[in-house]
Amino acid sequence: MIALLIRDLRLATRAGGGFGLGVAFFLILSALVPFGVGPDRATLAPVAPGILWVGALLACLLSLDRIFALDHEDGSLDLLATAPLPLEGAVAIKALAHWITTGLPLVLAAPIFGLLLHLPMQAVPALVLSLALGTPALSMLGAFGAAITVGLRRGGLLLSLLVLPLYIPTLIFGAEITRRGVEGQAIGTPLVFLAGITLAVLALIPLAAAAALRVNLR
Amino acid sequence: MSLLAVHDLAVARGGLRTVEGVSFALDPGQALILRGPNGLGKTTLLRTVAGLQSPVAGRIDMADDAVAYAAHADGLKPALTARENLTFWARVFGGQGVDRALAAMDLTTLATRPAAALSAGQKRRLGLARLLVTGRPLWVLDEPTVSLDAASVARFAQVVADHLGQGGAALIATHIDLTLPQARVLDLTPFRARPGAPIARPSGFNEAFG
Repeated sequence: MIALLIRDLRLATRAGGGFGLGVAFFLILSALVPFGVGPDRATLAPVAPGILWVGALLACLLSLDRIFALDHEDGSLDLLATAPLPLEGAVAIKALAHWITTGLPLVLAAPIFGLLLHLPMQAVPALVLSLALGTPALSMLGAFGAAITVGLRRGGLLLSLLVLPLYIPTLIFGAEITRRGVEGQAIGTPLVFLAGITLAVLALIPLAAAAALRVNLR
Repeated sequence: MSLLAVHDLAVARGGLRTVEGVSFALDPGQALILRGPNGLGKTTLLRTVAGLQSPVAGRIDMADDAVAYAAHADGLKPALTARENLTFWARVFGGQGVDRALAAMDLTTLATRPAAALSAGQKRRLGLARLLVTGRPLWVLDEPTVSLDAASVARFAQVVADHLGQGGAALIATHIDLTLPQARVLDLTPFRARPGAPIARPSGFNEAFG
């Protein structure tokens, strides 16, 4: 399993791997919003938590279809399915690799992009914490969508339609944590909900995604 | 104890039966070559034996984790070098002997090249070298000689012969003669499924819950 993780990380960081694409998209989005709604603090600060979370969501979505599609095209997925590695484990590892190459950079870059949107400094810990808790669920749900659409031509769009509704609970609680951080309120309750959602997703989705892959490999 | 025993197997592709009533057994040291016209279901049969899809009817007896499968796609990552590709599969399958496998398929001089820079035949050789690092006894090969030149085909036949000599077995679908004296040939044409054979449930239902 470690071998699979190392290979996926290596592929992501080599030419054409798409590493950093998500962060760049996130940056552009955060930079465009002030042009759209106006640069003053009074307009931007209230919408900043929501914009940052939606931006993270969309940035995450960009690279989802690569999780299984490339492996399916070159036959690696068939070979992985016949390997001693359980397919559930392979799904979990590939989602982890996706999180390390997409989710983790978003978490680390978010405080800087928050500056562009006039996010108050006292909200930065809440933003980072909510993204760190929420983005693993985004990657895992995305792996599920990628497993369902693997092998479909132009599966990327369908993947987005399938996965975005599943992102709603994470978005609601993640943005709520950040909003409460802005207003200096206690963040305990939404934090627990977000952690619960993420843990449930991490526990259940590998089974569902592996089942979807098995059907698609036939 | 045979490595693989297939009893009265029927397989389906896209919900339609392709071949049915196929039975054979492979003991260590044996090879079986499947023949038949295009579209008969050789690939489907091999995928079923490899465990990638379930049989419609019949039984496949073999040990767990016995199969190394090689199909039309080689499972290579263009951004990784030949050695990195092979090392990855060796680690996934818990096997070793990457250098030996590279030497066996005459790839030692190309080991540090990215797979993207290999020719079709060289990629094929790298894909076949993967079989050696899996350490699995039963090789299930689908048209292994596609895009290989005559010298490479001979070299590959030697690799298969060595594998058989070490107690392995091979199930190969191919149209060309591999010069394997110990190989038996099974022509699948007589096993072609009768059209209109009843299927118990709608095929979509089987796909989802079978």
